[in-house]
Formats: sequence, structure tokens, C-alpha cells
Amino acid sequence: MPTLTIDGKEVTVAQGTTVLQACEVAGVEVPRFCYHERLSIAGNCRMCLVEQEKAPKPIASCAMPAADNMVIHTNTPQVKKAREGVMEFLLINHPLDCPICDQGGECDLQDQSIAYGKGASRFHENKRAVKEKYMGPLIKTVMTRCIHCTRCVRFAEEVAGVEEIGAIGRGEHMEITTYLEQAMTSELSGNVIDLCPVGALTSKPYAFTARSWELEKVESVDVHDAVGSNIRVDFRGKEVMRVLPRLNEDINQEWISDKTRFAYDGLKRNRLDRPYVRENGKLREATWAEAFAAIAARVNGLPGGKIAAIAGDLADLEAMAALKDLMANLGSANIDCRQDGAKLDASVRASYLFNSTIAGIDKADALLIVGSNPRIEAPIINARIRQRWLNGGFRIGVIGERPELTYDYDYLGAGPGTLGEVASGGHSFADVLRGAKNPMIIVGQGALTRADGAAVLAAAREIAETYGMIGEGWNGFNVLHTAASRVGGLDLGFVPGEGGLDVGGILAGAESGAVEVVYLLHADELDTSKLDKAFVIYQGSHGDNGVKHADVILPGAAYTEKNATWINTEGRVQLGNRAVFPPGDAREDWTIIRALSEVLTGGKLPYDNLGALRRRIAAALPHATAVDDIVSAEWGSFGEAGPLGDAPFASTVTQHYLTNPICRASYTMAECHAVIEPAHEGTGTHG
Amino acid sequence: MSGVHAAPFVQPASFEFTPESLEQVNRHIAKYPKGRQQSAVMPLLDIAQRQNGGWLPEAAIRVIGELLGMPYIRVYEVASFYTMYNLVPVGRHFVQVCTTTPCWLRGSDQVMDACRQSLGVRNGQTSADGQFTLLEVECLGACVNAPMMQIGDDFYEDLDADSTRRILDDLKAGRAPTPGPQIDRVNAAPVGGPTTLKETA
Amino acid sequence: MLADQDRIFTNLYGLHSPYLDGAKARGDWDGTAALIANGQDWIITQVKESGLRGRGGAGFPTGLKMSFMPKESDGRPSYLVVNADEGEPGTCKDREIMRHDPHKLVEGCLIAGYAMRAVAAYIYIRGEFFREAENLQRAIDEAYESGLIGANACGTGYRFDVYVHRGMGAYICGEETALIESLEGKKGQPRLKPPFPANMGVWGCPTTVSNVESIAVIPTILRRGATWFSGIGRPNNTGTKLFCISGHVNKPCTVEEAMSVPLRELIEKHCGGVRGGWANLLAVIPGGSSVPVLPKAICDDVLMDFDALKAVQSGLGTAAVIVMDKSTDIVKAIARLSKFYMHESCGQCTPCREGTGWMWRVMDRLVRGEAEVPEIDLLQEVTKQVEGHTICALGDAAAWPIQGLIRHFRPELETRIAAYKNAQVQAA
Repeated sequence: MPTLTIDGKEVTVAQGTTVLQACEVAGVEVPRFCYHERLSIAGNCRMCLVEQEKAPKPIASCAMPAADNMVIHTNTPQVKKAREGVMEFLLINHPLDCPICDQGGECDLQDQSIAYGKGASRFHENKRAVKEKYMGPLIKTVMTRCIHCTRCVRFAEEVAGVEEIGAIGRGEHMEITTYLEQAMTSELSGNVIDLCPVGALTSKPYAFTARSWELEKVESVDVHDAVGSNIRVDFRGKEVMRVLPRLNEDINQEWISDKTRFAYDGLKRNRLDRPYVRENGKLREATWAEAFAAIAARVNGLPGGKIAAIAGDLADLEAMAALKDLMANLGSANIDCRQDGAKLDASVRASYLFNSTIAGIDKADALLIVGSNPRIEAPIINARIRQRWLNGGFRIGVIGERPELTYDYDYLGAGPGTLGEVASGGHSFADVLRGAKNPMIIVGQGALTRADGAAVLAAAREIAETYGMIGEGWNGFNVLHTAASRVGGLDLGFVPGEGGLDVGGILAGAESGAVEVVYLLHADELDTSKLDKAFVIYQGSHGDNGVKHADVILPGAAYTEKNATWINTEGRVQLGNRAVFPPGDAREDWTIIRALSEVLTGGKLPYDNLGALRRRIAAALPHATAVDDIVSAEWGSFGEAGPLGDAPFASTVTQHYLTNPICRASYTMAECHAVIEPAHEGTGTHG
Repeated sequence: MSGVHAAPFVQPASFEFTPESLEQVNRHIAKYPKGRQQSAVMPLLDIAQRQNGGWLPEAAIRVIGELLGMPYIRVYEVASFYTMYNLVPVGRHFVQVCTTTPCWLRGSDQVMDACRQSLGVRNGQTSADGQFTLLEVECLGACVNAPMMQIGDDFYEDLDADSTRRILDDLKAGRAPTPGPQIDRVNAAPVGGPTTLKETA
Repeated sequence: MLADQDRIFTNLYGLHSPYLDGAKARGDWDGTAALIANGQDWIITQVKESGLRGRGGAGFPTGLKMSFMPKESDGRPSYLVVNADEGEPGTCKDREIMRHDPHKLVEGCLIAGYAMRAVAAYIYIRGEFFREAENLQRAIDEAYESGLIGANACGTGYRFDVYVHRGMGAYICGEETALIESLEGKKGQPRLKPPFPANMGVWGCPTTVSNVESIAVIPTILRRGATWFSGIGRPNNTGTKLFCISGHVNKPCTVEEAMSVPLRELIEKHCGGVRGGWANLLAVIPGGSSVPVLPKAICDDVLMDFDALKAVQSGLGTAAVIVMDKSTDIVKAIARLSKFYMHESCGQCTPCREGTGWMWRVMDRLVRGEAEVPEIDLLQEVTKQVEGHTICALGDAAAWPIQGLIRHFRPELETRIAAYKNAQVQAA
């Protein structure tokens, strides 16, 4: 624990701390461009120079380890001069085109030039101009603005795990580029936009659409996967202009996936902005009253067993709670939130959570992945796994497909046979798990959405129990969900009641006529052709798959348009907040169900505002009030021991950029799908 | 990446090391500790360039990346950083004239003039017949034999305009000029003979 | 003048065979096993006592540097890396060693490598020295064939390998950490220090990077004794040294002389004097392009060693003496060096990447006088903004020649600016 003096103040810091970090501990701010806490140290910008007594020249504080008895000065004329000099060098070839630069207003170079810039330029030579570089559909480049800090290069190599960005040439001709200007193939590429301290790498879809200072900002939660990345939604008037990450060390650190960041244009297209009813085989615009009347006409008087409800991937907790209540009123036990048919067991909470937590990955020392491709199912969790892997001492085994991951792994086999071998100890990877202190397993939906899903789940539980994954202070049994709604739905018990039908049963019933009314709540990832005969109520935000056979359409709100609760794959309760109002006649989802209840048998639901609804949820789910927290789940017995099939496990996500109605309405995601997904098929030496 | 300007040219779609090249490739990889084969990237790029008539096609960058398990961009960074890699075609005789101060003090301007006139090209250009590329380069490390130029792998030293022209004429005529000092002198010894080491001479 | 029998590089001019037969005739590989048998500590002590300072430019005591290497391995092998990336303008001394006396280097590698407990030496030679690399490789092959190096080097039971790694055109690779990066197959961009190479060098292993000449003189020092070497030159500036004298002398050459030889004696004894006589001397860059230029008045009696040249705000550097007579456009001579540094900047860190280009552009205008007088001070300030603020010493090397020019030739710059202005006025 070295003790050093910084500007006269003595501080003691942990071994391995840099002088720059020690300065922060001492409350002294040091300007920097290349340094970033989460990237390796480059030391190239030279902005963080400080004076160290007895050193012949200023030192780069970002790179110098703090040592005992160092005396550091950050406020001497020499330091000021050094920083002003660096600032001047950074600016001489910078275009100073702030008025037309999207980084304007949130630019490190702009900000620091206020403190260290000269009033006027002393550079009378021609400025360097650098050609723009194509980096794909997401990143716009103005390379003349680049200050060569190499944060993007380091991010791609270290965090994203795709070595595709580099600095070619040398000296003043050094240029940042991808190889032959190909699109970056990472699911996390947009983070380089945040990392770029200047306006060299900016958001292509956001280009020239707004100035940062004219935007309103709301803190919220992402729903494009089950990670629950913390985001900030920037909007202007009725329009979401961009989505940015918020720091949350436990979840997404400061990264978000490209889908999280860029799918927002899908919020503006293909929206359901008024109710519809089907008349004479054709959907026509309707009022809310007409839509409700049409439902009442079909539903009232119908036995509950002929009614069913399915909650899809983008259903919020409140809406599901209200729909569950409504279905109970109608006497139906036919409800299911497992839209994909996963054989998840809602009765034991630990059976469907990512129990180790995402941050817990940092503590794990062995990992078995079963039927999952974390890179496309949850890029943020994949990055966490990579981060852990980079630190060493972390063997990873994969059963399922051979995905192109961003870390080395032992490929164990394709299907349940291999899983059985590991469970019985007959596989060499069993020794890896046995030898680990904190081993973990990740079970993907690809292992559970199969006929033998319950048996697979049982086998996974056996592995967890056999290899010490369940212990004091450690639960390494993890289910990786792909849907933002899923854990909330399972927590609520949005699963078939006594004698009720599950998703498969509902669809079969709809085909056979046993089920006459099906209520789809943001449910689009279904084989809707089976709903042809049934009376289908679709409530959701987009005119996507779910509306194909809809008889009544109730326009709901997208995640940016409502105050709603989301529970992520870890079981962490988080609040999403409304940025803009839903378009047209669309409404927050729970209010639609509440309003509908007034015209249906069973009477109106007993809550008139969100607070009342949330209190009702909390009564059943005490942990739902523990916002931002995780209430750890108790271990139990789950799954059904039984015969395992032969079919290999396959990820449920095949088209990463097109997983839900918002993405599918997004031009940006369509372009990513067209440009980036094929790049993963021909896998050369890309990293 | 050298400073050669290229006329429009076609990048070959593929590249393959010849068996002879592969033998060299393996010899170089073997020089470095196991798992450190990336160290061989510079010699491998050089072998590819020599095999390809003095310039390095893009396809070779990929082949070498695959061979060494390096991302393409990392190979490309190397190829673009070092001046001896030509990423565009060069002439059969690559004439590199040093013009850094020690050579300039002793008449490298005249050497460059003689090259320009003799070859009919400007700095960085390749002659129409593809035989010669002329490039002004930085110090080549033969300063006591200034001015000098490198053609291919050989140094031609103690030049003046006449000797420069004579060397280029020889090459044009298919003759092989003698490398080294072009005046009456032994290597780096003073003109007229060494002032030292006389007893051993 | 140094006596011939005190010269180490006795085939400097290539008058004899550079290969094993010739090398043995010159005394190389004579009793190498016995030298090694004296042990690592003895070798390092001898080198320390000889006063040998690094011949690559910085002048760091070679024996001390060797002693930084770990005495016991923590499992990682140690490496000797020889810096043969001779690229400092004016410098061409290592070239002569490698093409005419390569066995001195190979034997030096074995002995120095053994002393620092290295498993191998990698000789990083600049790519343009193709023929030199061929000669060096042949010497290495001969040494392997004769059992001088390899599995049982000189019969000592010590395994030692020597490899040649060719650079590909980058002056910056003469900087030791850039060289290490390059040896690892990357761009030659200098590393941040710490960690220092003796702790984390090539492939993360303890490494010492030494200049060709520093390594090649070690066998002779051990044979003739540290006191022999330290008796030549002045205290703290001992031994013999290869000097390369280029530019405006009658007979440019490379020559081995005693350290601390007077500059004037060096030029007049070995180079036939300054072109047009000593009085025609304008200035000398005494240690390769990086060190500040000295006007004639200082050259008259300055000694060629580390301390004497430091005392006159210049440096011995690589002992490459660039002589300029009164016909020289001194501004253009220095401007050409500015262009060199701009061309060779690796681009990694801001002050060098941006500053070298700025400095050259101003220098280029100053050559024509196309500037304002205050721009001389601006230029001086820019050199100060680069100097000491970069990752490696290339920034300093780019700044110093300009600082030397302004220090000693400011009137010339002002005259030129005035002349340009006059010409403009007259043309208008």
C-alpha cells in the first residue's frame, strides 16, 4: 500500500494503482484522452503529464505505478505548460468543425480545450485531412477529427474480442481503420462511439438529427434481451433520438449492445397507433369502445377453459400481472409466459435465474455452457465472460453448436449425450468442474425449448449439485434468458394454473377449436398460423407477427413509452421509465387491460393507478419492491428426470438483429442483419 | 509502406507461397519460441514480397494472417508501418536514393537529378516500361560513402551524376554494375588508403 | 593517436576474410571457453571495470545494464537482443562490424549472453543491410558448424543460440522497446517504461538490448583486461570507439580511435581535413543527427567523448561526425533532418506525431526565409513542447537539432527572413 504525496496531500493507495488513479483518490482531476479505466493503458495522448519530484521530465500519470514516497505535483507551471503544449498539438491538425460535429457539447477535446487551449492558433501550416473510413452501418467516421488515442482499437481487441480495428501507417500519416474498411462485426461496436473522445467516431443513425443539449433524458432499462442493461433514453418532443448506456457495474458496466443502442428507429415504424377490429375478414380502424365491445361480445359468456393468454418477450411486469388477474376473473387457467415453450419451472425460482449474477462471473473459475450462444443471446454477458477469461484461470466448455465466441473454449459435444457424460463424470471436463472453486453452468433456452427440456433441466441441476456449484455464498447454476419479460412472468406465476394449458396446449387447442379466444400480450414469436380459427386479441406495439390473425388489436406501448417493471435474467428488479408518450391512441399496457376489464365478466380490476397495481404485485411478490436489487433464490428440486433426446442443442436466436418487433421494424437492424450477420458465416482469422 | 505512387493496378485475388518460399517461411518461424510465431510476420511479408516481384499483394497479407494466426488488421498494420514493404507494384529495379543530410551534403541532389533524367520519372514513379521505380529515401546507413543509393539489395556508394548514370545505363542494358564505392576506394576506408591498421594491411 | 595494436576491429575495412578463418587469425574465438569458465559475475565485473558505456547513443554503462538481468530464472528464459538497427543519420559503424568482423559480434553475443544467463541472442539488423545480414548469417552458420555456439557452445556445456532478425525500414526500431515490439511481430512503437526490458522485454521475458559495437568489443576487453580498456580515453569516457566522419571532409571514413580524441585531430588525421581547410569549417554535428550542431569555435578544441560534448550542450551519440563547411546551407541541412524525424515518427504519441510535422513545416519555410522573426521563437517553443513529453527519445532527437540551430545560427535565420522580405518588396 504505497503512500505518496499529491499536491501536498498524502494519500495511501492499493498496490498497482497508477499515479493518475491516486490523483483521483486525492481529489485531483487529471485531464486525459487515451486513458480509460476499462481498457489497457496506452499512454499515448500525453495529456495526463504530471511532475514527479526527482524525475528528470514530466511523467505520464496514467502509466506510472504509484510508489511509496513519490511526490507528485499537478498544478505547477511546468505541468500546465506541458498540458497546454499537448492540447495545442492535438488541435493543430484538428478541423475545429465543432458547429457541424455531432460530438459538439459532449466532446472531451472541446471541454479540455477550455481549460488548456490557447485563445488563438499559432499553427500557420496546412492542416492534415484524412479520408473517412467505412466501418459499417452503425459508426460514422470523420477521421480528420481523430486524435489517435486508440481507445477504439483497444476496445475492439480487449472488450469486444474482435481484432478488426487498427492504426495503419505511421507518424502523422497514421490512420485508424478496419481491415480494408470492412464493417466491424461485433455486437458491441457502438461502444466505440462513446469511447471516442472526439467526433471521429459518431453514431451513423443519429447523424445530424439533434444537438445533445436540446435533448431531454430519461434513465431506463433495455428490453432487447434479458440482461436489463441500464440505459439513458434521449428524446426530443415525441421522438426517441438515441439510446446510451448508463453505468451499472453489476450489469452492463458501461457498455450496451448495438441492438440496445440502435434499434430505436424501430420505435417509429410499423406502430399500432389505434385499435382495430376485424370485420368481414378485414381489419378496420376502430375506437377503443368498439374494440372492447367486440371483445366483450366474443368473450362474455364463454367458459374460462376456452380462453387463453400468452405473454410475449416484451411484456412488462405490470401488464402481465393485470392480464393474469383478468384471466382469473374470466375463469381461465390457460396462461403462459413461456412463449418459446421452454420447460422452465416457475415453482422454484432458483431454477430459472442467472443465480451467480452477472458480476458473479468475475468470481467464477470454470464454466460450462449448454445450448446457448451468449455472444448473440446476451452480448453484454458474453463480454463479461471474455473479461473473466482474459484474466486467466477460467476454462470454458461448450455443449451445443460451435459458436464463434470471443474466447477460447473446449468444445465438448453437440447434444444431451455429452451433457449426460458430464453429469455422470464420464467426461474429462467433469474434472475441470470438480477442480474449480466457483464453477458455473449457463443453460440457454436452446437446451430447454425442446421436448426433453425438463429432463435437460434436471440434468443441469444434477451437474450443478454434483460439481459444487451450489454452496455457501455461491450459486453457479444459471439460466440465460433471451426475453426481457420472462423472469417477471415466471415470478408472477404467469404459467398454466390447475388443469390449464401451456403455450403448446393453447396453440393446439386453438387449432382444434378447444380454445376459442387467445389473448396475445406482446407475443409475436409464435407460430400464429395455428391461431387461424381462434378469436385473437393482440395487444402490443407493432404490426408484426402477432397481428396476422388478430381479430381485435389493442395498441400498447413500447418500453420507452411506459413506466414499467422489468426483471432481468438474474432476477434483478429494475424500473423502466417513460421517455415519450405512446403514439396516437396507444396506451400503457396495464391501463388497457384495466379498461377492458370493465366490460368483461368478472368486473373491473381493483386498481386505478400504477401505484395500486404495484402494491398488489408486491403483495404476491415481495421481492418486486427491491428495485435494482437481487433477492437470492432458494435452491430446490426441479426439472424432471427422464430420457434425453438425441437432437443437438441449438441456440434459439438465429438472427441476432431481428429478435423482436422493435428490431424487425428498425432499418438500422435490418442493415446490420444484411451486412454483419453474413460476415460471421465465413469465419476467417478474425480474432 | 513505401512512398511509391502507383498507376492503377489489379490486386491478385489470391496468393500462395511457392514450395521454396514455404521452406524459408518454416525456417523463419522456427527461429522464435513456440507460440511466438507472430514474430515471423516481418520475414514472411518479405518472402511474399520477394516472391511477388517486389511488392506485397493484399492477398498475401491474409495468407500470412492465417498462417500465423494473426488478425488481418494486425498484419496490415505491420505491412503499412515499415517502409520496405511495397503495397503497390514497383519496377524490376527499385532505385532508392538517400537524400538525408550526410548524403545531401555530398551531392545527393545531383544523384537524384541524374536518376530523374536517366529514367524519365519523378520521385515515387515507375518508368513506363515497368523496369525502374525511383524513390527518395531516408538515411540508409552508408554515410561515409555518401552519396549513395540502393538498387534491389545492393548499395552503390560514392556516387556522382556520371557514375549514377553509368549504373542505370548498365541496368538498362542488362549488365550487372558492381556494387560498393564507385570511386577508387576500399569500403569505408579513407580515399587513398587507410590511416590505421597499416601493419595488418 | 590510438596505436594499431590497441585497435579492436582489425578488419574494419574488409581487407581480410570476415569469416571464421580470418576471424580466428585475428584472435577471435581464442580461449572463449576459458573466458566463460570465469563465470557470469567475473564477466560483468570486467565489463563494469572497463568503463564501457553503451555505443548506441545513450552511453549507459554496459556492465551495469547487464547486471540488471535476473540471476535466477522465475521460469522465464532471458534474452540478449542486439540492436543492429543502425539508422541514425551519419552512422554506419555497426555496418562495418557486421560485414567485415561479424565473428566479433557473434562471440560477444555468446559471452555477454552467458553473463546475463540468456538462452539466445536475437540480432535485429536493419532491413536495408541485406548483404550485411548475409555475412552475419554466414558467420553464425560457421559458428554453429564449429560448435562455437549452439547446444554446447565452445564445449562449455552452455546452450546458446544466435538468430538474425531483419528489420524492414523503421528508424524508430532502434529504440529498444520499439525494437522489442518489432521483434514480436508488431509495429515498432515504443513501450511505456516501466516495466523495463530487464524485467519484461521480448515475449514478456527479461531482456537486455545492446548495441552491436558494445557487444562486439566485450571479448577483446575480457582478453586484454578491463584496465587496458579503461586506460584508453578519459575517466568515465574510456576505451576505443568507432567514429564515422561524413560530410565535408576530404576523405570521409569510419575509423577506430581512442575515446576523447580531439575532434580536430580526428578529422585531420583520418579524413584529410575539412574541405578547404579547417578555417573553412562552418559546423559539426558530432554524434549523429539527433545531437545539436556545434559551430566551428567549439569544434576547434572539443574532445570527442560523452562528457566533453555534453558540456557544450551536444552529445557523443553514436559518434557519427557530420562535417559542414562554409558552403553549407545550414538551415537546409537541419531542415532535412527535421524531415527525417517527421518521416520516422511512429505516430503513437501526440507531441511527436504532431510536433515533428509542425517543426519541419516551419523549418522548410525558414530555408526560404518565408517566415516572421517571431516564428523563430515559436519554433523554439514547439521544440520545447515536444522535448521531454514523449514516450521515447525520438521527440527529443527531433527537437535538439533545431534547438542547436537556433542557439548557434539565429542570425542566419534572421538574415534569411529579412532577405526574403526584401525580395518580396522589390518584386512588388
